[in-house]
Amino acid sequence: MKITVDQDACCGSGLCVLRADRVFDQREEDGVVMLLEEAPSTEDFEDVRAAAAGCPTGAIRLAE
Amino acid sequence: MTDEATPIPDYPFDQPHVLEPPREWAESRSKCPVAHVRMPSGDVVGLLTGYDEVRTLLADPRFSRDLSRKGAARLSNTEDGGLFSRTTAGTADIQEGPGHQRWRRLLSRAFTVKKMEAWRPRVQEMADELIDAMLAKGAPVDLRQELALPLPVRVICALLGAPSEDQEKFAYWSEVALTLTKYSQDEVDAAQQAFMDYASDLVEQKRAHPGDDLLSELTQISDSQDGRLSHEELVSTARGLLLAGHETTSNMILKMTALLLSERERYEAVVADPELVTGTVEECLRMDPLAGVGIPRFITEDIEVGGEPVGSGSSLLVNLAAANRDARKFPEPDRFDAHRDNSSQHVTFGAGPHFCVGQTLARVELKVVLDTFARRLPGLRLRDTPEQLRQREGVAAGGLQELWVTW
Repeated sequence: MKITVDQDACCGSGLCVLRADRVFDQREEDGVVMLLEEAPSTEDFEDVRAAAAGCPTGAIRLAE
Repeated sequence: MTDEATPIPDYPFDQPHVLEPPREWAESRSKCPVAHVRMPSGDVVGLLTGYDEVRTLLADPRFSRDLSRKGAARLSNTEDGGLFSRTTAGTADIQEGPGHQRWRRLLSRAFTVKKMEAWRPRVQEMADELIDAMLAKGAPVDLRQELALPLPVRVICALLGAPSEDQEKFAYWSEVALTLTKYSQDEVDAAQQAFMDYASDLVEQKRAHPGDDLLSELTQISDSQDGRLSHEELVSTARGLLLAGHETTSNMILKMTALLLSERERYEAVVADPELVTGTVEECLRMDPLAGVGIPRFITEDIEVGGEPVGSGSSLLVNLAAANRDARKFPEPDRFDAHRDNSSQHVTFGAGPHFCVGQTLARVELKVVLDTFARRLPGLRLRDTPEQLRQREGVAAGGLQELWVTW
């Protein structure tokens, strides 16, 4: 799995952080998404998929 | 599609009781992607109730949230057409597009997951104080007065740096701002002016004597070289946060409590297993049966929604709570399930670039309240049956008039 995030589209909801905090974080200055792991480990796949599906602006893309 | 022979139904719809959604939601979702309804103003709007349609529309920048535009539907029966049609000084440049994103990012830093988690102990302390007072008073109490209103007001006041002694003023001004049919235009104008004057004074105070709060931080940014927020923008922001920070959350605390206690096994499951707090809060947010009127959008070019043409210049109303019961997204949508895997994908906080900026805070407050109830008040019960509960009438925020509990 390879993750890309669109920081321009991100609205800073932090929902991805709530779901998968090993993979996503937020910039302190504006809450925009930061990718901690481009290629997450298999144990995080389910949470990453849920984070992508739940992103309010569709700013998380997955290539599997 | 509107059948010529069928009269256009009045909106908001009646519901069997406050915890049971209107039957029309499911009907209109199954019939057509865009149903037509008549608002209290008399204007007709297209109503969206499907999950995919709602998300798509809210994320599309071509659909304007500015209902003060010529030809846009008015929702309320006041001459100004209500909250969404009202022009407020200092919102023109931050309402949409790049200006909105700039504004939003200034605010978002205060609402990150980490910042909100750092607030949790203070929220817990405030909740415990209020519950101590409630226990000392003795059952039964109206939970709205004892907890659901004061907690979010104290939290948003602490966050912004506003005095919480003024909570009754905010509560009144906010309710008037949200009128559909309850208040007159004169009352709206007076409350709007008073609220703006209050927020303006508060901003001036913070500018002169900055403290350790969000509003002080924002005044320092607006005063710096890049001048990112004008005084008017700050004032409208302060007012917006005071309004949104307590109206919505206090309503949701009561609705969550009612949804859980009216079907007690839902509550008992959390008492038995505190791990269920998060899933239970999300499922209550998803199943919100009194979610207010919804979110309007003005359509600025000819489009299609779910295959149906919608002309430029028309207005659509997005019913978030109806979308949350779309079986295509949430199987068996009327069944409460704290273990539902995708319940947090509800659209109760909206979607797209205007997704609720305070939702991380609301989620922390709701989780603290439920967790504290389950630990301290395992015997919490409703005094009344769901049929006896009354909703707040004539305002755009859906909530309960009061909620009496015993323990």
